[in-house]
Amino acid sequence: MSEFRDPKSVAGKQLPVAETTQLLVIGAGPAGIAAAAEAAKHGIKVVLADENPVPVAAMGDDIPLHFGQRYGAAARNRTAMLEAFIARDPAIAALFDAGVDVRLGTSVWGVYANGPSVGWLPGPVAGLHDGERSFMLGCERVIVAAGRRDMGLAFPGWELPGVLGITAAERLLHRFDVLEARRVVVLGTSTEALVAARSLRAGGIEVAALVEVARQPVGPTELLRELADIPILCGHRVRRAEGGTDGVEAIVVAPEHGQEQRIACDAILLGIGVVPVIELLDALGCRISYLPERGGHVPVLDAAHRTSVAGIYAIGDCAGIWSAKTLDPDIARAEGRRAAMDVVASLGVAVELPAEPRAFQPASYDLDAYRLDWVRATVIDAAGEPYVCQCEEVTAREILELRPPRYLGWPDDRRNTRTLRQMLGEAPPNPDQVKRLTRAGMGVCQGRRCREQVAALLALGAGVELRHIPLASHRAPVRPIPLRIAAETQEAAEMTEHWDTWFGMPPQYVPHWEAPEFYTVAGRATDDKAPDVE
Amino acid sequence: MTERGASAIIVGGGATGLSAGWWLARDGVDVLVIDKGIVGWEASGRNGGGCTHPFSPLFQEEQRLWPMLDELLGYPTEFRAQRIRLALDEQQMRRYGQARQHAVRQGFVSEQLDAQQVRALVPLAGDNVVGGYLHRFGGHANPQRTVQAYAWAMQDHGGRVLQHTTVLGFSTAGGKVTEVRTDRGDFGCDTLVIAAGPQINHLAASLGVRVPMVAARAEMIVTEPLPLMPIGGVDGNGLYGRQTQRGNLAYGGGPHEWLEIDDNTVPHRSSTPLMRNIAARVAELFARAAHARVIRSWAGIIENTPDGRPVIERMASPDNLVVATLSSIGFGLSPATGHAVRDLVVDGVCGFADLGSLRLSRFDRLERDWIDLQGWRPPSRQVAS
Repeated sequence: MSEFRDPKSVAGKQLPVAETTQLLVIGAGPAGIAAAAEAAKHGIKVVLADENPVPVAAMGDDIPLHFGQRYGAAARNRTAMLEAFIARDPAIAALFDAGVDVRLGTSVWGVYANGPSVGWLPGPVAGLHDGERSFMLGCERVIVAAGRRDMGLAFPGWELPGVLGITAAERLLHRFDVLEARRVVVLGTSTEALVAARSLRAGGIEVAALVEVARQPVGPTELLRELADIPILCGHRVRRAEGGTDGVEAIVVAPEHGQEQRIACDAILLGIGVVPVIELLDALGCRISYLPERGGHVPVLDAAHRTSVAGIYAIGDCAGIWSAKTLDPDIARAEGRRAAMDVVASLGVAVELPAEPRAFQPASYDLDAYRLDWVRATVIDAAGEPYVCQCEEVTAREILELRPPRYLGWPDDRRNTRTLRQMLGEAPPNPDQVKRLTRAGMGVCQGRRCREQVAALLALGAGVELRHIPLASHRAPVRPIPLRIAAETQEAAEMTEHWDTWFGMPPQYVPHWEAPEFYTVAGRATDDKAPDVE
Repeated sequence: MTERGASAIIVGGGATGLSAGWWLARDGVDVLVIDKGIVGWEASGRNGGGCTHPFSPLFQEEQRLWPMLDELLGYPTEFRAQRIRLALDEQQMRRYGQARQHAVRQGFVSEQLDAQQVRALVPLAGDNVVGGYLHRFGGHANPQRTVQAYAWAMQDHGGRVLQHTTVLGFSTAGGKVTEVRTDRGDFGCDTLVIAAGPQINHLAASLGVRVPMVAARAEMIVTEPLPLMPIGGVDGNGLYGRQTQRGNLAYGGGPHEWLEIDDNTVPHRSSTPLMRNIAARVAELFARAAHARVIRSWAGIIENTPDGRPVIERMASPDNLVVATLSSIGFGLSPATGHAVRDLVVDGVCGFADLGSLRLSRFDRLERDWIDLQGWRPPSRQVAS
């Protein structure tokens, strides 16, 4: 043990923790609600946080879902949104009664724990933001039930109001009753797309057509039979969205080399892929692996839904999405109870753990090939070069040619004409490297709209399988937070006193002409001799 | 298996290694840079982007090269000249005033500004500013873009980069390094440069060269884009960083975390709630940007020598070994460092600067337990003082 600690280091600095709980559950979907209820039943102190309803400003940036600006003015009424969210799911009210500390409209922007390169935290902590303030919550265990979001797909006009994710559309309609669309066209025919189409139709929305790039629908026949009256255009790609200031008025689709077809609609629903929301888990450093049969990048879990980081669990869609789970929310609920029971047992409460095999069946289609086909047909072959990254305005060509962003004004005739492989090396291209060079994925939406498309583009551009493209890293805060709200207001005195611009190491700033011949700790320069320099 | 070697092999594809590779390649030297991962992936690609180091013997060359670097490399670095340091109280004003003395002594100009002059150049600054200093030197650039530019420019001159390749050891004969052994075969060399950041310690030790250093983790945050200010290289209030050419505010500062890295691996670069302390200071530094949203935070892992100053030296034994650790200030100095390493490889001595103060022998009398004496241990290994 050391007798002296570097006062400029994190050692000895206290993290202000505003509140504590035994268990934090993130996400009030079926899995999260089941987990919170189960843990509370055994006397565990539970906080359940859910960001819904999200502020309308965030919705405008497609956070956390691709809302495509197709929500009515009612979305501005936070109280009404909150009431609708609670009223539409009686299970939430039941949680209040069960003694769960339910925090709605509260996003979790970071989960932190000590690990290989962090040792100064008091234990697992989560960063919460309720719209007015942010604070740290100490929690002995965390169950992440962050759900799913929709994969984006760029085509001319996809930035128009009315191009939105199918999960986003369902949420706007069924949870908040603010969806502003009457006649929609759905892209994709997976179980997830078909289930959403069915529920939207049940909610009074006309589904004008399903568009599918594959030769056959990829979803289950029973569902297709239920939706038999909806035309399915197989072997078609999106050519463009047409519309004006009010947004989408029609979609134009065509088979390869075939006749264009215009379908009038006021919304185009992106249903080509639903993606597990692993942001918090990846930013924390949980092991993630690519499993297309579970929807893409998912946390590595054991039978009790424990991630690779002690005390952190993942359940529901963020732990993996597959057809049966989409059809039957009881699977997600069972995951929630299983994880909660492990939490309960680990906190010293005797509980009988169920021995249940997890229901799992792989998708009946090749998810990688499917997503690549959509991106090849619609994004790469797009006329007019739409922005794949809407925030930073980066096209597919600019991504594949690793062009410096246009605002640098770098002359086009000095473009790097090497291939992607020549520019980046023989290994599969890493989206993190590509985004820092092109800016794709670096914007305010934090890559939610373009992340999967960029990976697909790189796989196609480098001629490698999608599974070999590394995951672009997620970073806290996983929800944008204003500086003034993110700001720590209870900073520890020792932090303030010893705060330094850099390492706070006076000998570093001794000018070379004054540097001593020999450096020893005993004879080192002190602060007064060498004020810090940038 | 013996692969095609190179006259000069550089271990470490960061700013230092790639700049050296570029300088050597443009001189016609057959050069190969080997990296365990992706070029610029560690501290070289994730830092404040500052190009202003008046205390270094490489300062004059740093200042000479940056303004012409885009042209020399043929790829954009996003370099922008000049810096402003603004103060929020008299103590900061005094302290930052002293800090410029070394540059002024070397003939560079730094002007004192009043609060109004600061706000004209830094429109996001608020009424809490008391004054500042405008440095007519230094500047800032985009780290990842610059490192990639070195790599591409080196390749344009015939140099090679081998990424995702782990160095396992070295072969020596007759007091020289003859071969670099990797998990992808062995590569013969006439000269070896070790510029592998936190891994230098481990790699050099296998050649009998002891480079005292400890790695640490440091954090930064970035906001959404804001309107471009006339000068983007703004520091102060205990922060370093810059406004990027896109408009984002990218800032760091505050406590670092010492790590123990006992082999060739680098741990997950986790960030922590320190984001909140940095955010508080950015909101003070740019009071008119307090509404701007933080969209990322990240951490980098950086090596430091006991005095925080670089080691750039051609060793006596093995006599074809050059060691270059920049000790947490490598990015900005990299154009000059590459030039110095080129000189050490080709000429045996640096032709444009006196590197005497950067010799390893300055640690010959270093206390054996210097890490404990300086308190450079991970928090879990420390007791309260």
